[in-house]
Formats: sequence, structure tokens, C-alpha cells
Amino acid sequence: MPKMLSFFASRKGIILAGVFIGIFAPLLQKMGNPANMGICVACFERDIAGALGLHRAAVVQYMRPEIIGFVLGSLLAAYLFGEFRARAGSATVVRFFLGVLAMIGALVFLGCPWRALLRLAGGDGNAIFGLLGLIVGIWIGTLFLKSGYNLGRSQATYSSVGWLLPLTMWGFLLLMLVFPQIPGQEKSGVLFYSQKGPGSMHAPLFFSLGVGLAIGFLAQKTRFCTMGAFRDLILFRQGHLFWGVVALLVTAFIINLLLGQFNPGFIKQPVAHNMSLWNFAGMALAGLAFALAGGCPGRQLFLAGEGDGDAAVFVIGMIVGAGLSHNFGLASSPDGVGPYGIPAVIIGFLVCLFIGFTMREKTN
Amino acid sequence: MSRLVDARGLSCPQPVMLTLKEIKSLPGGEVIVLVDTDTSKENVCRAAQSQGWQVKAIDPEGKGYRITLHK
Repeated sequence: MPKMLSFFASRKGIILAGVFIGIFAPLLQKMGNPANMGICVACFERDIAGALGLHRAAVVQYMRPEIIGFVLGSLLAAYLFGEFRARAGSATVVRFFLGVLAMIGALVFLGCPWRALLRLAGGDGNAIFGLLGLIVGIWIGTLFLKSGYNLGRSQATYSSVGWLLPLTMWGFLLLMLVFPQIPGQEKSGVLFYSQKGPGSMHAPLFFSLGVGLAIGFLAQKTRFCTMGAFRDLILFRQGHLFWGVVALLVTAFIINLLLGQFNPGFIKQPVAHNMSLWNFAGMALAGLAFALAGGCPGRQLFLAGEGDGDAAVFVIGMIVGAGLSHNFGLASSPDGVGPYGIPAVIIGFLVCLFIGFTMREKTN
Repeated sequence: MSRLVDARGLSCPQPVMLTLKEIKSLPGGEVIVLVDTDTSKENVCRAAQSQGWQVKAIDPEGKGYRITLHK
């Protein structure tokens, strides 16, 4: 009988990934990252968009090394274990738009699924509405999947296709080293650096990068995915990935308690608003977009690291979506939703429904 | 006579959906699943085992794997 599943593919493996993230995300906060934002893939990609000047919201501009680490850690694991496979060509432009819409929804809630869990683990009750929205969005996605929705097959392709996003991340890291943050200055070379707000709060570069690399490595091997956790539970009654999410939530809660970072309540929670309906709806849009695209924003980074060019386009879609969100007043702030956030969520849903209804393979 | 599921090039959760659809339509026998990523290989094996099927063999095929399921 062949050896079927390695340790990383076992339940212990996925729980290890969740525990690791649950320990290090609160520690990143302790080391300087914003409150309840030890890791937030959406927020950090938004900060990267800001660092590059794709939007000019002065409070959210920083080249987050965690994101760089996620992709490069995954690349390393994929090469070490012989899993790097360059592939692309599965409805790529649809994945770009799903990335844009996922980011718009996430920035109405103010966080991705990872941050929704970390916000809850830090006592932010508003995250409950976000997580409920996420589950409803994913549930809608599973209805499309059951009715034949899929984005079609990808093709094996040149290694360089799979290398483009990892190389971009190397470039981002290089930019950080060539143009390091200068205290008191909002720009260093080509990079923007926030002087106040969440973008000004960050752990030391090499700590962030190290944690990002380790998580990227672990998550590539264990296939950690916050969207897949709920999707598989709804679609197959299968709880494998869900164990990782539970491990993350419980561990982060305990670490927050130990570090004195647990502050329960709904009002004046850090980098959050309490408009429950739009916390719910924003995350429902993001959840639906993640489900239609086949992975949470973290998973898309890990897939991009192992050579998936379509996942790389989803990531670029999210970064562009962040630029659009802040340039056009779609993103929320602690004061509430942005001036055009509500219509953006409604239009986003309509686009997702269009994609879901029209990209169904006729079976039988 | 074994059935064939070609899940190459498909991303999550399609390989598992196709495999489950096939094995749930059969009382038993042999099903061959072709996949091209390690993630799909693991997911298909896990899903089949949860339905009481055994993974008889995993052989490299092209740039992917040929999984033989049996019940």
C-alpha cells in the first residue's frame, strides 16, 4: 500500500499550520503590526498598493514583508518537495476581476478571512458579522459549484510564467532594501511610507519577513485555506481544512489573552467599524469571490508561489482592487463605510452572480 | 473495467467533486483519477477514503499522477 498522505497533509499538519499562524500573528502585533492585524492578506496587499503609490491614502502605505514571505516561502517549499508546476490559462481575466471584487468586499469589512479570525480572537465582536457574511458568500459559491460552475482547465506552461510573481516579490524586497524607511519622511525613493495610521505600524522588517517565509512554507505544504475550510465543510461535509481555522482562532485567542491583547466589545475596536450589515455584506462579497476563484487570499499567494499563474493574476487583481477602493472612496474607515462602498458591494455581487451563472458547464 | 476521471488542469474543488460524483454512482469496482498537482492528489485520496474506497496505487504519469481507487 503506498504511503498516501505525508505529515503535512494529515490533520496534525493542518493544525500545526493553524497553531503557528495563531502564535505568530499576535506576536507580530506585539512587535509593531496594527492591533488585530498581525496578519491580514487584504490589508497588507492594500498597504503594498499604497507603498507603490497605486493609491494615495496616506495612512495605509507600507511594503509588507509578510506578503513577500508568503510567496517566497511557498516557492521554497514547492521546489524543495518537487511540487513547483508552472500552469496558467484557466479563465485568467475572470480571476483578475474576482481579485478586484474580493478586495473591494474585504475593504468594506476591513479585513480578509485571516483578519476576521484575528479580530474575533482579539475580542472584536464586529468580526462575527464578517465571518457570518464570509460563510454566506462561500455558501452561495458552493451553490454555483454544485450547478456546474468552473473556470476550466489550466495548462502546463513555461517555468517563467510561474516565476513572475515570486520575482516581483523579490523586486519588492529589493526596493525595501534600496529605499528603506526614513524616519519622518513619507517617501523614500519610489516607495511611500505612512507616517501615521495602520501603515505606520509594523514589526521589524526581518521579523515580518521571517514569519512570512515560515507561514508560506507551512501553508504551501498543508494547503491551509480559510475559504476552503468552510467550502469543504458545506460542500463535502469534510472538516480537514476547518481544523486549521479552528486551531488558528483558538491559539490566537490564547496568545492574545497572554499578551494582554484581548479587548472584548463592539465599539471603538481597532481598525474596524460597527456597521454590522456592511461588515456582513462586504465579507459576503469577498467570500463569494474567493469561492468562485477557488481560494482565500492567502491560499492564492501560496498557489502563486508554487507556479500557478492564474492565482498570481488574482493577487494582482487584489492589489489593483485596493488602489480602486481607496481612489474611489469604496474602502471603509473606523468611521464607517466609504461614500461609494455600498453601491460597490451591490455592483460587485451582480458581477459575481453574472460570472457564477454564465460560467456553468452543461452537465447532462 | 475501470472508470476514468480526468481532473488534470482543474483547480479546487473540481477534482474532488468529479471523483465523488463517479464513486458515488458506483457500488464498487475500480476508478482511475488523473491529476496534475500534489494538492489534488491528496484531496482526491482523502475524499475517496472518506467514502470507504481504498487508494490502491499512486503512479507518476506525465507531469502528474494516476490514482487507482478501489472498493
